[in-house]
Amino acid sequence: MRDHDHFFSVVNAVCKVEVRRDDATTPKTIIVSAEDIPAVCSLLQSDPSCYFDMLSCVTGLDNGLDAGTMEVVYNLYSIPFNAHLMIRTTVPRDNPELPSVSGVYKTAEWHEREVFDLYGIRFTGHPDLRRILLPADWEGYPLRKDYKHQEYYRGVRVEY
Amino acid sequence: MKGLLDKQFEHGGVIITRLDDLINWARLSSMFPMTFGIACCAFEFMVTGTTVYDMDRFGMAPRASPRQADVMIVAGTVTFKMADRIRRLYEQMAEPRYVISMGSCSNCGGPYWQHGYHVVKGVDRIIPVDVYVPGCPPRPEALIGGFLKLQEKIRSESLMAPAVLQKIMKKEKSNA
Repeated sequence: MRDHDHFFSVVNAVCKVEVRRDDATTPKTIIVSAEDIPAVCSLLQSDPSCYFDMLSCVTGLDNGLDAGTMEVVYNLYSIPFNAHLMIRTTVPRDNPELPSVSGVYKTAEWHEREVFDLYGIRFTGHPDLRRILLPADWEGYPLRKDYKHQEYYRGVRVEY
Repeated sequence: MKGLLDKQFEHGGVIITRLDDLINWARLSSMFPMTFGIACCAFEFMVTGTTVYDMDRFGMAPRASPRQADVMIVAGTVTFKMADRIRRLYEQMAEPRYVISMGSCSNCGGPYWQHGYHVVKGVDRIIPVDVYVPGCPPRPEALIGGFLKLQEKIRSESLMAPAVLQKIMKKEKSNA
């Protein structure tokens, strides 16, 4: 019962925009639109037939200048059902913004800060969205495909 | 054969030495390193302090405060975020102070030299370094080799012409 079809139908019921799925990945993926993310996570966490009580990881992805998109990947885990699920969403590269899930999963706060730090993807509704790994005055987002590091940081040359 | 310390001094024994030698001997025999490690090299640094390698035989016991330390062993990758802290710790140390750069990362950026946007390509871009210890990470033997090199360096110092002062004077001369 608690297979991917079930999770897909649960997610499908709550989403306003069309939901796609990718069964080739491990764990299996549900692709939703960015604005549906908090509702999807909230339902997957509270629904007694899913109970995804743990957010294992939030990952950013840059598809490059040609694709013009960035992705955010959420890895969910249900401890009572020992089930894994991957949620993916795509945001435009020129204005990467999507709602935060820190209201659903507290752990997302730091994960989202890391994604923001390295990709510059903004999470609306995040309580404290600032850099987490890099210094506060760092320029640019290092894991973007078109990233060029600054020449000097506080008077120290960055290049070898 | 009896050594120097086996002799009795209470009957007016006298040792004659140069002041430089005496001071240098005192300095190089108790180089207190700062308890401070920033990456995997720190583990080798810790091992150097264990009974097997016995750092204590050089009179080296880690001090937890930069104000009481003589030697800073930069054991690990220096990120730009850490660079300011390292510089501040170095500035808190009292003269004479020495720096050992331990491992490839702090020598030149190590494996991060090309794509490591976040790594300072050599700690000598922030603070002056006395001895470089190569390796990734260097074995405790290599670090001890670095200690011996530093002892050699201290042994050749002179109170009459302190290296730091000479450096400052040279700088002022070139600026004038």
